[in-house]
Amino acid sequence: MTAVGRGGLVGRLAARPWAYSYIAAALTWVATVALNGGAGGGALIGAALAFSAFAVLAALGQMLVITLGPGNVDLSIPSTIALSSALSMLVMNEQATMILPGLLAAVGAGMAVGLFNVALIRLLRIPPIIATLSAGLVVLSVAISFGRGLKIKPPPAFADFAAARLLGVPALALVAVAAMVIAAVVLDRTVTGRAVAAIGQNARAAGFAGIPVERVRMAVYAASAGLAGLTGALLAGFSGGNSLDQGEEYLLLTIAVVVIGGTDVGGGRASVAGVGGAALFMFLLVAMLNTAGAGPGPRMLLTGLIIIAVIATAGEARA
Amino acid sequence: MQPDAAARGRRLAGVLRAALPALAFALLLGTIFAQQPRAMSYLGLNLLLNLALPVVLATMAQMLVITLGDLDLSIGAFVSLVTCIGGTVLPSQPVLGVALLLAGIGGYAATGALIGARTLPAIVVTLGLSFVWLGLAVILLPTPGGLAPGWLSGLMRTRTPVMPLALWASIGVALVVHLALMRSAYGTVVRGMGGNPRAVARAGWSLLRLRVAVYALAGVFGVLSGLALLGLTTSGDANLAGRYTLLSIAAVILGGGEFTGGRVSPSGAVLGALTLTLAASLLTFLNIPPDWQIGVQGGILIAVLGLRAVIERIGRAEALA
Repeated sequence: MTAVGRGGLVGRLAARPWAYSYIAAALTWVATVALNGGAGGGALIGAALAFSAFAVLAALGQMLVITLGPGNVDLSIPSTIALSSALSMLVMNEQATMILPGLLAAVGAGMAVGLFNVALIRLLRIPPIIATLSAGLVVLSVAISFGRGLKIKPPPAFADFAAARLLGVPALALVAVAAMVIAAVVLDRTVTGRAVAAIGQNARAAGFAGIPVERVRMAVYAASAGLAGLTGALLAGFSGGNSLDQGEEYLLLTIAVVVIGGTDVGGGRASVAGVGGAALFMFLLVAMLNTAGAGPGPRMLLTGLIIIAVIATAGEARA
Repeated sequence: MQPDAAARGRRLAGVLRAALPALAFALLLGTIFAQQPRAMSYLGLNLLLNLALPVVLATMAQMLVITLGDLDLSIGAFVSLVTCIGGTVLPSQPVLGVALLLAGIGGYAATGALIGARTLPAIVVTLGLSFVWLGLAVILLPTPGGLAPGWLSGLMRTRTPVMPLALWASIGVALVVHLALMRSAYGTVVRGMGGNPRAVARAGWSLLRLRVAVYALAGVFGVLSGLALLGLTTSGDANLAGRYTLLSIAAVILGGGEFTGGRVSPSGAVLGALTLTLAASLLTFLNIPPDWQIGVQGGILIAVLGLRAVIERIGRAEALA
């Protein structure tokens, strides 16, 4: 609030790097609606909220990991999503009573992957990028071997929930917002949360200050994979069953969403609010290019150029 | 006594660490030979390592970027793009084809300049760049196809004496990059920039110019990788080399490289790339079901790096004794 007094609009924006992502999302929405002759704006927001929810959930975990500092990134998220979406459908087995156990199994399997990641990083001293990459390969094999040919539909109640709307707002978006609020409170108000940022700023200093660095790191990787597990189960519920390539796009998407959202890639500073804006932006960007009639080639080309442009301008403004 | 023992321990760990990529390679090769003695021939080796050269070249590109402490998430898409350019434009309009490849190298240099000038995180910029390369490749070649220029496929089919071309070329690449990066004055400055950029800047070097040069060189290796791959497959595909991105990073680390501090090993990285290529062939040889092949590849990666951790622990224990 004091920031309002100081400086003008630019100063206020610079203090809130996450705001860029919402501005970018809003501009993209306006452009899409304009391209569409002014129609379909409301439906577009509904779709954007529902689809962005998955990206938000998975990206919140990636954000925690990236905040741990240089070199920390979770490349096992896509495999974890593939594994947990198959597992949740298997456990639920189309029965409404098994929805909760199915969700718990998905989150639990995810957390197990996270603990495996930490074991590789800590016991074998493998750099996190390589550890989560190789763990991801192993997990993907497991997912393929028992998820192939699996044709179990989500229980109707679960599918209904995934498609439900409250006052026009998708239920999934509310889940995503709740997750963002929890993440923000944990990061800002709890000792463990503050420790994540402290480790990201200087792990050695954090260790000297008495922070249990390894325990916090373990919690973060477990949380990241657990969120990926939840994302997998919800994706399976939303799309009428699991498929093995369900998680594929979430490798690059989560990293892009985290960074565009204003989280420091070098670690030490998370931006929870920005995750929502960036997830909306990434969805609306594709929608805009589709509306403009761009084929897959130009669409990817422009997506790449826009990501680079956003990073280049936001990076400069932040410096 | 104590300093002596410490030095010995460090030396032992250093030697073992440097030998590890070679050991892993020999172990995999030995397993294949034991399983299928007929592979122990010119033809067998050629089959096993046929696809190694493009991986080796992409690994060199990745290693150069890692030397600076950056990471290139776009190399796989770039190599794919090169196969598309080489399979469509290069045979019919050689001048335009070469110009496009040079423009690709220019794109790499410009990326280096952007990252350096604005101190942007390389991992995100190259992430965006990967979409750019992929988009261009899809525009150029929406469905796999095209045909490699005759000279290129002919070159890749060359029958070299004693060992297959892939091995000779890998040794040559390792030697050239080793001399350039580990033995030359400029190479030392580049590695120094990965270790302590401020010191290099204070010594009067332009960090921006160094980064642009290294990225351009990475682009050159990317072009070579794409051309080698195209010569082997003879047709282009926008998704042909997507997995090279992670494969090349794994090969650099497997070869003893580190993400920070300019600590890399060109010969180790080449061996890492050969080992990973061989690991893929091994799984087919051992009749491991396709579902589990990627998992076992991950397992091999974990095993080798786990072994490295054990070696380092022995080295430290020795140093303390």
